[in-house]
Amino acid sequence: MTRPAVLTGKHFMHGDHACAEGALAAGCRFFAGYPITPSTEIAEHLAARLPEVDGVFIQMEDELASMATILGASAAGARSMTATSGPGLSLMLENLGLGVMLELPTLVVDVMRGSPSTGLPTLPGQSDVMQARWGSHGDFAILAYSPWSPQEMFDLTILSFNMADRYRVPAILLADEVVGHMVEKVIIPPEDQIEHLSRKKPSRQASDDNFQPYLVENADLVPPLAHAGEGYHIHMTGLTHDERGYPDMTAETHNRLVTRLFEKIQKNADDIIRVEGYELDDARIVVVAYGCTARSARSAVLQARAKGIPAGLLRLVSIWPFPEKIIRELTQNVDHFIVAEMNLGQIRLEVERVAHREVKGVHHAGGAMIPPEPILAAIEEVAK
Amino acid sequence: MKPAIVAEKHPLDDLIRADRMPHIWCPGCGVGIIMRCYAQAILDSGIPLEKHIIVSGIGCSGRVAGYMKLDSYHTTHGRAIPFATGIKLANPSLTVSVFSGDGDLAAIGGNHLIHAARRNIDLKVVCINNFNFGMTGGQVGPTTPKGAFGTTAPYGCLEQPFNLPTLLKACGANFVSRWTAIHVRQVKDDILYAFSKPGFAFIEVLAPCPIGFGKSNGIDDGLEEMEMYRDRSVLIQGETFNDEDLVIDLRSEHPIYVGRFVDRDRPPFAPAKVVQS
Repeated sequence: MTRPAVLTGKHFMHGDHACAEGALAAGCRFFAGYPITPSTEIAEHLAARLPEVDGVFIQMEDELASMATILGASAAGARSMTATSGPGLSLMLENLGLGVMLELPTLVVDVMRGSPSTGLPTLPGQSDVMQARWGSHGDFAILAYSPWSPQEMFDLTILSFNMADRYRVPAILLADEVVGHMVEKVIIPPEDQIEHLSRKKPSRQASDDNFQPYLVENADLVPPLAHAGEGYHIHMTGLTHDERGYPDMTAETHNRLVTRLFEKIQKNADDIIRVEGYELDDARIVVVAYGCTARSARSAVLQARAKGIPAGLLRLVSIWPFPEKIIRELTQNVDHFIVAEMNLGQIRLEVERVAHREVKGVHHAGGAMIPPEPILAAIEEVAK
Repeated sequence: MKPAIVAEKHPLDDLIRADRMPHIWCPGCGVGIIMRCYAQAILDSGIPLEKHIIVSGIGCSGRVAGYMKLDSYHTTHGRAIPFATGIKLANPSLTVSVFSGDGDLAAIGGNHLIHAARRNIDLKVVCINNFNFGMTGGQVGPTTPKGAFGTTAPYGCLEQPFNLPTLLKACGANFVSRWTAIHVRQVKDDILYAFSKPGFAFIEVLAPCPIGFGKSNGIDDGLEEMEMYRDRSVLIQGETFNDEDLVIDLRSEHPIYVGRFVDRDRPPFAPAKVVQS
């Protein structure tokens, strides 16, 4: 008995498995990866499931190979993905940059654990946030979403694939060990209700010698994508290249290319960004949190409200690009920002940068979820 | 008297990105010769051009991808094989070739090389071995013969080099051969043969690098190295050789053994399939 690609129905599901099912529902038929805790269940689940839906599962020799392989699969037209944790992401960053430069969409799931180095393999962390943003060398922009539940492991995996394809850029699902290993209700909708954004295809015929694979035809700054084997005889290179895809070692071309790679994300940020607000309308104190920490933050905000403190939660469903406009708008009516996160201040510094004020941080280096109490204490302290 | 035009078009015109000429290779370099063998093999294969994909890593040999008028991918240093693996598995109808140098494939990409051969994945790898890192100016690498000089080995290379054909044989590749840049017919024939043969094919081609390797080792003329290959190459067929025979020592009178060393039919990698019930 083989199961269909979309397991429509109500499930009690493990977060990593929900991510894998989200990938299948999104039409992903290619996984290349290397085992690493706490993401391994994604690979294990897809090793069983992909052959059921005529997909490809391959376990690679390391994360360098995994990342290169999913880019190759993407170049040949597949929705492809890998799953890893901090130490593996470090190795993938080299080819993440290649994906940015070639503009090949793919998905990297990073189930974060306590870091740096080998850190805490089986315990949670949220300290890869800046590594995801800036880890590969050079200026570029990237997409990252941060699920806070197994349901969002499913939903945001689909969204990540759609946005990666829409903007021709690798996406990162920045999950954490708590959410990855949590078992909770997951509702999988009917197949026809799952959104699918397709890659932009060239409007020119393959026989048209004037086709330029990196020529932008629309205001969104995203060129159409021709796949290997379609006859366009395209050239893709990690070297600085012109609109033909040919290497061009000039400052002018380099500045034009890198600026576009950056701006195609920044200019479309409103379409990419997702946030969720709780009790924000009249909030004077706003807690900013993401991933599993947002669960504690919501609890702390509700407890503060019960005590009459006008607190609210801004949950970052997407992290990169950073929701600068939303935070800037909040700044007008908010007295205090608090950032709660399982690292020593990576997003706090971002909020300080955007809000132009000192932001209180509730930080822990990782290993255990931040409970509601220290967040509530921080709310009460600034409310004084 | 004006010479008569004997052909309007070179038979390989459709395969080369003429708008990218001149190429970057130095006078006396062997890479272009081997690229020409590949182009001829593609023409002879009868496989439609759009089904031929070329993937390269970084280095002088890595630039081949950019000059071939095919779907062509110039990737990161050492990662051409896993990138090509993704293309091949996502679209098995494509004939995917990897064109790169010894430094790219055997140094930084060494782990991918041995595992791809172990999987026996259906890729055609042409490894241009010029015994050094040419693009960066002649540093030693894992194929530099012991005692040879490089800019990072001013007192001579201290390390035992890889013997690539025996390495690939041990790993499980279906097809392994070695030639030199003077064996243009054999190189073309082996690439063509590899196109039709499922599994991992590895064709090593020794090539002159007069500017990078040659200048430190008294062979700074490409023709001189080609003459050495002509004089010292000894053909051996089949698997009737000692692994030690294939070690390359350019300074002694040790022959350079060339030929097809492995030609077997182990099943290539195929993803798991669950039969629908």
